[in-house]
Amino acid sequence: MTLMFMGYFLMVCVVFSSQTAFASDSFFSIPRLKGVESVFNSNYQSSCGECHFAYFPGLLPGRSWKKLMQAKALEDHFGEDAELEEPDRLEILNFLTRHAADDSHYKRSIKIIRSLKADSTPLRITQVPYIQRKHSEIPVRLIKGNKKVRSLSNCTKCHTQAKEKGIFDDDTVFIPGHGAWD
Amino acid sequence: MRTLWAAVLILGFASPAMAENIIPEMLKTYEAAGASHFDAKAGSALWHKKYAAPENAESPKPRSCQACHGVDLTKWGAHIRTGKEIEPMALSVNPKRFSEAKKMRKWFRRNCKWVMGRVCTAQEKGDILTYLQQQ
Repeated sequence: MTLMFMGYFLMVCVVFSSQTAFASDSFFSIPRLKGVESVFNSNYQSSCGECHFAYFPGLLPGRSWKKLMQAKALEDHFGEDAELEEPDRLEILNFLTRHAADDSHYKRSIKIIRSLKADSTPLRITQVPYIQRKHSEIPVRLIKGNKKVRSLSNCTKCHTQAKEKGIFDDDTVFIPGHGAWD
Repeated sequence: MRTLWAAVLILGFASPAMAENIIPEMLKTYEAAGASHFDAKAGSALWHKKYAAPENAESPKPRSCQACHGVDLTKWGAHIRTGKEIEPMALSVNPKRFSEAKKMRKWFRRNCKWVMGRVCTAQEKGDILTYLQQQ
């Protein structure tokens, strides 16, 4: 019995330690998770993901999602009409705010929040200081001037593990027409 | 119990393949809203009509359905601003088209407003669908 329990305990340890998702600044700090939380909502995927990468909620604070997802705001969504039927709008808004960056334990979300002033409510992920800083060294021709990328907002064109895993590490970047980035 | 699971499995697997054209049902809802005698010719005229872009638009190019859906409805289209690829409209090559009422409501609303600056009437929607159904 004790042996069985120990075996089970060992298995749990192995499972946890093998999850590479854990990373921390130092041994003593609270472990934080890599990337952003990769959560999915089928309504969000179909309603928003039909036009663009369904950005993970952890890429913006809740206050940004609230502003973006106002019914009026959706009528002029960066120049496009992105109106939703009310039940869909509310479900998606709830999903986005529940998993927003604010209280996240994921590394990228924490850094996004830290880089924002408390009174700033960015409507674009590309306006977040942390995101801007992380991309500041990449020449314009590789993003905006790159026909296969077109815009910094097309995360998944270069971040090959973003869509499925919410991983944005440098070593997972592959810029179309250019190659790896280091 | 086993039959129940079998039923669940069969239904579960069968449903993706059951995407079918619901234009006839949509036309009935437009009729219920007062529209009638849907006309493919009128639909085609609307589909091809060019509207001036609003003054505050990024691009002054005239707007039309074709602008993004393309001239050949059996081919992929591309959004003129974002470049987003749009599946072919023609049922003959894309049988998944016109199989989801919610999606159709969503895009009719958004796209009519984008092209014409207002929502389409039930009559206009019925005419357009009647035209598209033949492609």
